[in-house]
Amino acid sequence: MTQLNIEEHHRILREHFGITTTPGQFTVALAGNPNVGKSTVFNALTGLHQHTGNWPGKTVDNAQGSFTYRDRSFLMVDLPGTYSILAHTIEEQVARDFICFGKPDVTLVVLDATCLERNLNLALQIMEITPKIIVCVNLMDEAIKKNITVHIATLQKELGVPVVPTAARNGEGLGDLRQVLYEMSLGLALTNPRQIIYSLEVETAIQELVPKISRFIGHTLNPRWVALRLLDGDQAFIASIIHYLDLENTLQELAV
Amino acid sequence: MNTLLTTIPLSTISIGAIGQIVSLNVQGLLRRRILDLGMVPGTPVQCIRKSPAGDPIAYLVRDTLIALRNEDASQISVTLL
Amino acid sequence: MSAIIKPMITLKEICTEAEAIRLTSQNSLGDKIVSDIYVNAETIANLAVTRQLSERPNLDSRLDDILTSRLLGFPIMLLLLSGVFWLTITGANLPSEIIGNALFAFQDQLVLWFNLAGAPTWLTGLLVLGMYRSLAWVVAVMLPPMAIFFPLFTLLEDLGYLPRIAFNLDNMFKKCQACGKQILTMCMGFGCNAAGIVACRIIDSPRERLIAILTNNFVPCNGRFPTLIALATIFMGGLVSSKYETVIASLVITLLVLLGILITFAVSWVLSHTILKGETSSLVLELPPYRKPQIGAIIYRSMIDRTSFVLKRAMIMAAPAGAITWILANVYIGQSTMIGHLAAWLQPLGYAIGLDGFILLAFILGLPANEIVVPILLMSYLSSGQILEFDSLNELREILITHGWTWITAVCTLLFCLLHWPCTTTLLSAYKETGSKKWTFLTFFIPTIIGFVICFTVAQSARLLGLV
Repeated sequence: MTQLNIEEHHRILREHFGITTTPGQFTVALAGNPNVGKSTVFNALTGLHQHTGNWPGKTVDNAQGSFTYRDRSFLMVDLPGTYSILAHTIEEQVARDFICFGKPDVTLVVLDATCLERNLNLALQIMEITPKIIVCVNLMDEAIKKNITVHIATLQKELGVPVVPTAARNGEGLGDLRQVLYEMSLGLALTNPRQIIYSLEVETAIQELVPKISRFIGHTLNPRWVALRLLDGDQAFIASIIHYLDLENTLQELAV
Repeated sequence: MNTLLTTIPLSTISIGAIGQIVSLNVQGLLRRRILDLGMVPGTPVQCIRKSPAGDPIAYLVRDTLIALRNEDASQISVTLL
Repeated sequence: MSAIIKPMITLKEICTEAEAIRLTSQNSLGDKIVSDIYVNAETIANLAVTRQLSERPNLDSRLDDILTSRLLGFPIMLLLLSGVFWLTITGANLPSEIIGNALFAFQDQLVLWFNLAGAPTWLTGLLVLGMYRSLAWVVAVMLPPMAIFFPLFTLLEDLGYLPRIAFNLDNMFKKCQACGKQILTMCMGFGCNAAGIVACRIIDSPRERLIAILTNNFVPCNGRFPTLIALATIFMGGLVSSKYETVIASLVITLLVLLGILITFAVSWVLSHTILKGETSSLVLELPPYRKPQIGAIIYRSMIDRTSFVLKRAMIMAAPAGAITWILANVYIGQSTMIGHLAAWLQPLGYAIGLDGFILLAFILGLPANEIVVPILLMSYLSSGQILEFDSLNELREILITHGWTWITAVCTLLFCLLHWPCTTTLLSAYKETGSKKWTFLTFFIPTIIGFVICFTVAQSARLLGLV
C-alpha cells in the first residue's frame, strides 16, 4: 500500500465508520456471539481508555478503546455481538461492513468454550471474509466446570489461524492474547484459514461466479465470499459493495 | 431410510424429549435467525422447560438455550429421537 | 490496471446471473449455505472438543427450575425487582442529602465571590441562584439513585437473569402484540426514561420497538420518585396516623407503578391495533447460563458512566431551565412576577384537571428535568426568587395546604406526575432512536393526553360526587 493509500484508508475509516487512528496504530475488530464475554475481553484490554457512541448514521452501539503493548499501539473496535455475519439484521450489517470495507488490521473473534460448535459458525464465516483473524476461546473456566475440554492445538490446526484460550473474567490468557496480537501486528503470525467446503450444488454455483467476480473486484474482497453473498440474494451487501468500492475506484484514480 | 417417519411440530414434544429437525415452515427473519442459531435440518433439539404461562418454551440446541413462542415452534417439524 | 471501466454494469451482470442460479434452486440456497457451514463447524468441534456427560442436572437447570417455575417464578421476579427499587430509593436518601448540602454550601460561596467581584444582583441571581442552583439540585437528586440502580441492574444482566424476566412475561406482551423484551426496557425506564428508550434497541422488530418507545414514559423514573414519595407520604400517609405513614405511602406508590404498567399494556394494545398495526413478530430469546458477575468492575464502570451522564444532563438541561425559571420568578410585570401571571393564565385548565395554575406551570417548567417540579412549585407559592427545597415533610405539607391543596389535588398531582410529557432528554433520545419527528411528537403527546383525560375524569368525578 502506498503512503497515499494508507492515509486514504484511514480517512475512510474516520468518515464512514467514525474511527480515528493515530499513525502506526494497529486496528483490531472485536467480533463474537452475544453472551460470550466479548465485553469482558474488551474492558480487560482497554481499561478506561475507551469511549462509546453509535456507528455513524445508525442506532447501533459502538465502542472503541486503545491499549499499548510493548512498543505498539492498538485500537480495538467492539463490533455488535452477532450470531452470524450473513447480515440479516442491522447489527450484522454493521459488523460485516466494518470487517469487509473498514479493513481492520486484524479481526479478533471471541468464542464461548462451552458451546463451540455454534460459535464456530461465526468464526468460519469471518475466516471467509479475511485471513487476518485470531480466534480467542473464552470462558475456559466455565468449560472446566461443565467437564468440557477444548483441545486448543487441535483447534488451531483445524482452523489454520492462531487460537488463544482465555478466561477473561479471571484475567487468564490475556497476556498470551496481547502477545499474539503483537506478533500479528509485526506480520509474524501466519494464517492459513480453513476454507469452508460447501455441498456440491453450492460449490458448483460458486465456481460459476468466482471468475467473473475476481475480474471485477480484484483483490479487495474474497471472491468466494462475494459469490456466496450474491447467491444468498443479499441486497444490502450489493449496495455496500457499490458504495465502498466506488470509493476505492475513485481513490485509485486519484493515486495514479 | 424410512421415508415414512412421522413428523410432529416441535411445540408438541414434551419436556425432556429430543426431536430431530426435519423441516422449517417459517419464513423471513425468523427463519434466518433460527438457522443462524444452528437449527438446521438434522439437528437434535431438546425441550427443556416452559414459561410459567406455558409459552414461550425453552429448547436446547447445540448447547444453547433458545426460547421460542408456541406458534413459531409449531412450524418446525421434527421426528422424535 | 483497474476495473474502473463501467463497474456498475459488470456488477449488475454478475448479480443477474447469481439471481438466476438462486431462483432455479427453489430459493433454498440460503438454507443450504448455512447448513453447510454448520457441517464444517460440527466436524471441527467433534475433533477439538471432548466432554464428560454428567447425569445430575446442573446448577443452571436447577436455578431455572425455581426462577421460571409456575409457583415461584413470578413472586421471585417481583421480589427481586422491588428489592432493586427499594434499595435505590432508600439507599439514595443519605447521599442525596450530603451532596445537596455540599453543593448548596458552595452556592453560598459563589454568591460571596460574585458580590466581592461587584457583580450586579441580577447577574448573581441568574447565574448562581438560577442556573447553578438548579444544576446542584438535579445532581443531588439524580446522582445517588442512578449510581445505585444502574449498577444493580447491570449486575442482574451479567448474572444472566434478565432474559428470564422476558421469558416469564412474554406471554402477556404477546397478547398486546408486543415483545416480551419490552419489560426490560420498562425496567430501565425506572432508572431513567431516556436510558429506557435507548434500551429499546434490544427489540428487533421496528414496530414493537416503537411501541416500547412510545409507552416508556408510563414508568416513573428516578427523577419523579422523590415527588411521588413526598406527596404520597404527606397526603396519603398523613391521613392515617403517622405510625403507618411509610407503609401507606409505599402502598400508594406501588399502586401508581402498577397503574403505569397497566396503562402501558393498554396503550401497547391500542397502538398495535391502530397506528402500529402489523404482524406479530417472533421471539427468539437466548437464555444464557448463569455466570458469576464481575461485581467490582461492573459497579465501577457503571458508576462512572452514570455520573458523567447525570453531570452532562444537569449542565445541558437543568442549568438553562434554572436560568429561565429564575427570570420568570424575578421579572415583575405590574404587581406580579411572570410566574404569577402565567399561573393565573393556566389556572382554569389546571383546576379542570384537579391541579391549579402553579402546579401545571411547575410541570411545564419542569420539562427539561422532572426533579425541579416541586422546587419550582414551592418557589412559586412562596414568591421566592429561587427554587426551594423543603426541610421536612411537615413543612411541605403546611405550605401546600396553605395554598389550597386538598386530597384531590394530591391525587391528581400524583397521577399527572405519572402521566405527563417526557423530559427533554427523553424526547431527544426518542428522536435519535426513531429518526422521526412524528414518532417523537407522539412520544410527547400520548402520555400527555392520557394524563389530562385521566386527571380530568378523576377531578370532575370527585367534585360531582361531592367528595371534595
